[in-house]
Amino acid sequence: MTVAVEKLVRMAEQITANMAYTDDLGVVAAKVADHLNRFWDPRMRQALVDCARGVAEPLSPALSMALSRLHDIDQPHPA
Amino acid sequence: MSLYYRVGAETDLGTPAPVPQAASVSLTIDGISVTVPEHTSVLRAAALAGVGVPKLCATEDLAAFGSCRLCLVEIDGRKGYPASCTTEVEAGMTVRTQSPRLAELRRNVMELYISDHPLDCLTCSANGDCELQDMAGAVGLREVRYGYEGANHLDKPQDESAPYFTFDPSKCIVCSRCVRACEEQQGTYALTIGGRGFASEVMASQNEPFAESECVSCGACVKACPTATLMEKSVVRHGQPERAVITTCAYCGVGCSFRAELQGDKLLRMVPDRNGKANHGHACVKGRFAFGYATHKDRVTTPLVRERIDQPWRKVGWDEAIDIAAKRLRHIQKRYGRTAIGGVTSSRCTNEEVYVVQKFVRTALGNNNVDTCARVCHSPTGYGLKTALGESAGTQNFDSVMQADVIMVIGANPTEAHPVFASMMKRRLRQGAKLIVVDPRAIQLVDAPHVRADHHLQLRPGTNVAVINALAHTVIDEGLEDDAFIRSRCEMEPYQTWRAFIGEPRNSPEALEEASGVPAAQLRAAARLYAKAGNGAIYYGLGVTEHSQGSTMVLGIANLAMATGNLGREGVGVNPLRGQNNVQGACDMGSFPHEFPGYRHLSDAAVRRQFEADWGVELDPKPGYRIPNMFDAAIAGEFKGLYVQGEDFAQSDPDTQHIYAALSAMECVIVQDLFLNETAKFAHVFLPGCSFLEKDGTFTNAERRISPVRKVMAPSAGMDEWEITCRLSTAMGYPMHYAHPSEIMDEIARLTPNFRGMSYAKLDQLGSVQWPCNEAAPEGTTFMHVDAFVRGKGYFAPTPYVPTDERSTARYPLLLTTGRVLSQYNVGAQTRRTEAVAYHAEDRLEMHPADAEVRGIVDGSWVGVKSRAGETVLRAKVTDLVQPGVLYTTFHYPESGANVITTDNSDWATNCPEYKVTAVQAYPVSKPSEWQEMFRRFSAEQQQLAEPVEAALGQAELAPAVVKS
Repeated sequence: MTVAVEKLVRMAEQITANMAYTDDLGVVAAKVADHLNRFWDPRMRQALVDCARGVAEPLSPALSMALSRLHDIDQPHPA
Repeated sequence: MSLYYRVGAETDLGTPAPVPQAASVSLTIDGISVTVPEHTSVLRAAALAGVGVPKLCATEDLAAFGSCRLCLVEIDGRKGYPASCTTEVEAGMTVRTQSPRLAELRRNVMELYISDHPLDCLTCSANGDCELQDMAGAVGLREVRYGYEGANHLDKPQDESAPYFTFDPSKCIVCSRCVRACEEQQGTYALTIGGRGFASEVMASQNEPFAESECVSCGACVKACPTATLMEKSVVRHGQPERAVITTCAYCGVGCSFRAELQGDKLLRMVPDRNGKANHGHACVKGRFAFGYATHKDRVTTPLVRERIDQPWRKVGWDEAIDIAAKRLRHIQKRYGRTAIGGVTSSRCTNEEVYVVQKFVRTALGNNNVDTCARVCHSPTGYGLKTALGESAGTQNFDSVMQADVIMVIGANPTEAHPVFASMMKRRLRQGAKLIVVDPRAIQLVDAPHVRADHHLQLRPGTNVAVINALAHTVIDEGLEDDAFIRSRCEMEPYQTWRAFIGEPRNSPEALEEASGVPAAQLRAAARLYAKAGNGAIYYGLGVTEHSQGSTMVLGIANLAMATGNLGREGVGVNPLRGQNNVQGACDMGSFPHEFPGYRHLSDAAVRRQFEADWGVELDPKPGYRIPNMFDAAIAGEFKGLYVQGEDFAQSDPDTQHIYAALSAMECVIVQDLFLNETAKFAHVFLPGCSFLEKDGTFTNAERRISPVRKVMAPSAGMDEWEITCRLSTAMGYPMHYAHPSEIMDEIARLTPNFRGMSYAKLDQLGSVQWPCNEAAPEGTTFMHVDAFVRGKGYFAPTPYVPTDERSTARYPLLLTTGRVLSQYNVGAQTRRTEAVAYHAEDRLEMHPADAEVRGIVDGSWVGVKSRAGETVLRAKVTDLVQPGVLYTTFHYPESGANVITTDNSDWATNCPEYKVTAVQAYPVSKPSEWQEMFRRFSAEQQQLAEPVEAALGQAELAPAVVKS
């Protein structure tokens, strides 16, 4: 894991909060995923997907939705 | 091709060009017909016709004054002998500048001047550059009938108190040029003429020594002085310069043009260039005087290497240093993977130097782990303006401010950080433009001589977005939108979404008043003022970007400007004031990990193919690490090597302990810099760089102006910086060869649409060029987005206010914010090695008297400041410039540890650190903090290790480096 996962989650949630001008989760998730795909190193995206589900606090719904739309990474098998 | 400009003294046409230039007027001067714009002075018209009229109080840099009575002329049909400087041309005028009567009058005037002037011309510091001496010659002064024994000022003592110049009142002719320069050019009003008649004399403030007066040492008075009264100490010591080279200042993002004046290769003085389009002949204390660092004894002039950071440095030759650096980087890649290393470009370096570093990372290292120090300052500007308008740059030129009716300054302190532009802004404000300041602190513009903010929205740190949303809400709520502009220039669907969002009650000034601390009525009044301005111009700085919502705030500023139609013409715009000389250029050159030069994303296959074809390698389409990601990865053990071009993370980046840990965890840190800076304490290879005086290249300032940097002296370490990078690249298997930086610019032009028309030949021809410079705009672009936005239609992005996590709590009840002072520059690596220390010898902690009193803190006492990241100790400055609950400090000295307390919070979109808000507690202490003790020990150790030993013969051992934790 490249970066402490708590920090990655914090950063991703921050992106989500700044995209959350609407209640439409799909819109927010698409914007979050696009941002992560455009600006995050794939290793960070991978670490986020690999570890985010294991953190103590549950992810926000929009971020959860965004994770499945990330590119260049191995998506985890559905639980 | 040669880049050297050998120029003589600047020509001085006597009075400024009339503004605006209107109809032409033809007249005859000494029988010569001349046509000039109306409102031109007769003096200037004569100069333009090649006729020199004697003058002393007149100069092209200042409004005509008419006091010296030397420029008298005869005009047909007019009585007497009018002063040509204060007489405007008229059609058909016939002027004579020479006649027996005029000659007599002028000689009489000079006789009076010289009767009270020391006759020590041969030993005078102005000898060879004295207008009084020249005029005595011009008028044929042969005697002084009054003698020299009468009342005079010859025994007036000199004032040597200012660090960079002397004041010798015995040589003063009271022409008022210095006083007028201080008023008109600088806008400080530090100088005045005291007394009346014969007793008139120039004085600083209330007749105080210059060093104790309000003088800010911009040097305008020194340049204006026609005698030796105000003179650079360097000229007093060494005599007159014999050649000059036009170049560009390497301090802030204003990018002033200077004449570097030399004797041989000794730089005597930097004189602001009247033809400079950013500065128009003005300067500040740093650019004008603080260049001594370039020849400071601390300059490292030999490459240095060591295996571990607890070992002494060894001096080596260039070949060995490059070989060791390349082998270490290759070794790391072999062991940990291609992406385990990266590079960082510097906003202090030229476009060409930056370009080759990012090219080196993408080609020789084969990854996209390249970033630049804009990450920690204006990366949100890049993101926000690209998103909203389509281009990551300011929209105007600096001169545009002279057409602004309302100026809004948000999170910027121009008088300290962009002083030359601040002087222009103050001139416009004195002409009557209105001013809105949005800042937690009462910056000087709030209440300066003849300048007062109409509204100071003194918000709480961290609530910018609340304020910008409330301003935009007011515009919508009160029907102040520019509907026609929005309909024709902006995307309607996003606009409607934004409009619905911003109109929600949660974004009203009333709803946000509690969070921001700005009274709703005042905020609404400010919104009305801006929206109804006619021309409303926004200027902003790091107080906007260095927040967890930095990018949101930039978007909010763009939204406000679009909603009110304040874009796309002179006098308006969204103007980021760039901190460093080449922040704009470093960003333009593709320094960010997600994009190629010209802000084109790596994922754009067509663009990538273009670079692949030109560079001859396959390029990675995925973004690499940003600086903070590199450090996080280093601590996680996955990032092992870094090539650092002129950046000092260990002092400038937030959460110092984290940075120390990251740098310590790397196996090869290569620092290319002027000095063994704080980061070099963690380095294994040191490659000596060049000061701006030692290089050819270009800088791009905050107005997108590309200006030439010309080599004034040879590189002290014998190697150009771009060549260091090229040699490192070649050693790593990707050959890079250029004969001259102009060839690098040619490559940039070839590959970057906005630079397609750029070349050094064009810079030589035009002086400077604002990009875009291409087929559509061969001489550059003054105003962006004139008929359409670069992205087509403007994009309104919703900007929800998300409060920062850094909030005052019971444990950390105060909010610390940071900034700069005029005389020092950023980490101070340069200015601390100049006389600037006389102005600012330490960083102080500003605290409101109420906060100080409850804590038992008095002015000058030691204060502990603790955040969740760390603790440091600073001396208190108790002042009401800050509001209760807010602390402020500068960060120019490493031992201050300002960044020991800043946290790892960052902008959501760009990871730009949140320097501007840290929740802290403050309390009286009697000794330095633990970190400061550690810093002193570590610095002392490194100081000892910095006494380099000569390298042993043969190749250095290449064992994997072990680092000290």
